[in-house]
Amino acid sequence: MRRRWIAPGAIVWLVVAAAFFLIPLIATLLFSLRSIQTNKCCSSAAYSLIIHDHQFWHTIRLSFVLSLETIAISLLLFVPTVYWVHLKLPRLRPVLGFMALVPFVVPPIILVVGLLNLYKGAPSWFYDKPYGFLATAYVILAFPYMYFSLDAGFRSIDVHTLTEASQSLGASWRTTLTRVILPNIRVAALGGSFLTLAIVMGEFTIASLSTFKTFPTYIQFVNETQPYEAAALSLLSFLIVWAAMLALLFVGRGRPRPAQVAATR
Amino acid sequence: MPYLELHGLRRRFGPVVALDGIDVSLEAGEFLSLLGPSGCGKTTALRIVAGFDRPDGGSVLIDGKDLTRVSPNRRDMGMVFQAYSLFPNMTAEQNVEFGLRIRKNKRGARRKRVAELLELVGLGHAGKRYPHQLSGGMQQRVALARALAIEPRVLLLDEPLSALDAKVRVQLREEIRRIQTQLGITTLYVTHDQEEALSISDHVAVMWSGRIEQIGSPSEMYGSPATPFVAEFIGTMNRLESVVVDGARGDIEHAGTRLTIDAARGRTKGERVLVLVRPELLELEPSGDGAAGGENSLAGTVLTHTFLGSITRLKIVGPETDLTADVPTARVAALPIGLPVVARVPAAGTRLLSLGEKPASEGPDPDDR
Repeated sequence: MRRRWIAPGAIVWLVVAAAFFLIPLIATLLFSLRSIQTNKCCSSAAYSLIIHDHQFWHTIRLSFVLSLETIAISLLLFVPTVYWVHLKLPRLRPVLGFMALVPFVVPPIILVVGLLNLYKGAPSWFYDKPYGFLATAYVILAFPYMYFSLDAGFRSIDVHTLTEASQSLGASWRTTLTRVILPNIRVAALGGSFLTLAIVMGEFTIASLSTFKTFPTYIQFVNETQPYEAAALSLLSFLIVWAAMLALLFVGRGRPRPAQVAATR
Repeated sequence: MPYLELHGLRRRFGPVVALDGIDVSLEAGEFLSLLGPSGCGKTTALRIVAGFDRPDGGSVLIDGKDLTRVSPNRRDMGMVFQAYSLFPNMTAEQNVEFGLRIRKNKRGARRKRVAELLELVGLGHAGKRYPHQLSGGMQQRVALARALAIEPRVLLLDEPLSALDAKVRVQLREEIRRIQTQLGITTLYVTHDQEEALSISDHVAVMWSGRIEQIGSPSEMYGSPATPFVAEFIGTMNRLESVVVDGARGDIEHAGTRLTIDAARGRTKGERVLVLVRPELLELEPSGDGAAGGENSLAGTVLTHTFLGSITRLKIVGPETDLTADVPTARVAALPIGLPVVARVPAAGTRLLSLGEKPASEGPDPDDR
């Protein structure tokens, strides 16, 4: 096999780019390893403090369950919608695309104030509970990520032909959606889901302003009083997102690539 | 009683009339091709039979039962699509099995049938492969097996070969015909390729702008086209716009030249007619000494040769009319490019159509839906 030659210039740039990403991480790591008593390296006290803090477990569990709930609602809501739009109402695609941009354009601070006012009269099991109000806000926040992922997924398959083939073989709408369409947009749905996970695990503004105690608000709380623990927490949350992305990579690879479906019409 | 009947099917898409009253009746086990240029409504007709589209008027009957309002998943129609339609997440076997699983057939029976069908389409060895591991021709074979697996009442094929290359196309169309005859399944086949339609069908229906222009056996369609459009669309035709001069003798005049055509006998003097001559019927001779030529002849000069194998097609430019003539390739050396020739029009075997009818021009060309 021929050895591939790498230009020295490319190596320089690689090192610069790697440094750009790695130095802050390493600095955070070193900082988090300082001892609270001596302010010197190295002690795992910050990590052990966090791990033994029940608030840590409580908030991270809340954020994780919230993100799962957001993903579930988003998928249930958007998969059939995007499918239907691709199949029957292709003219609505630009409209949906525009609507999906709104959560990007509207700052979270405005979003949360609006939502708090909108739901003011709502029953307390919804308004006062993170699984109600906060999940609703997060579905809106995750809409663009979910929509654009799914839209790309549906564009990569021939929705019409697959649907008609399935129907002509006797499948109902539900069977077509679950057995034919879903497996072929699985990677897109997973992509949208992990983006949603990352957003919810890191969302601060809305949670803080609506006074819920989620993982990001916990990081902020720790940061105000215990800097070393905060650094350790940041690293941990970084690792969580990283693990999620790796999981996506592996799940996505665990099946043969979908075929190129020729769109000849 | 006919097995498949279409009665007065009508369908509009906004201002575009896709189907303007289609009537078809087909006996069980017959093979009918819907042939026409894109936008003629042939695909719309097929989609209505499959149930993917509802007609504005008319009905679809199978075995005497009205299926017009039945949803596509309850029609038991096997369909093969133009685009590759295999489910990318399933192997060839699983694709073929899909319809049987929907029908909740027993596992053992399913396996057996899948194996039989893959064998039938010549892919017994490829059952475990995914669609993206199969060539285009193989994918369409699997799609055919999948459509046949459910023992459909009618097999519908929507230009299944148009995405394939020429050689595979010919091979696969012969196999479609073989399998169709073997299973005796009633088949509707949509295509824009006249050679394809003529070579594999029991009946051919030529469609144009939402109507069936003519329906008949392939040899009828070729030998006696009923309208100028059919004449133009099926095979190549020389068209000579003429006026009847003497109905008793069968004399007509085309661009100043008098021709005698058997088919013109009994026509009234002064009637405008279209004389249709197949290229293989024209007899070419070098015109000696610039003479205008003999009886029943049109003069011209050889412009091009197109080699087609055993015959060569010659374009002849004349002072008034351009002609196409097919000559055995062995004779072509005697008819070099640039040679003045005369083309003899035979009195027999020539078709004649009255020109009161619709001119055979290109129709509007909306999307073929």
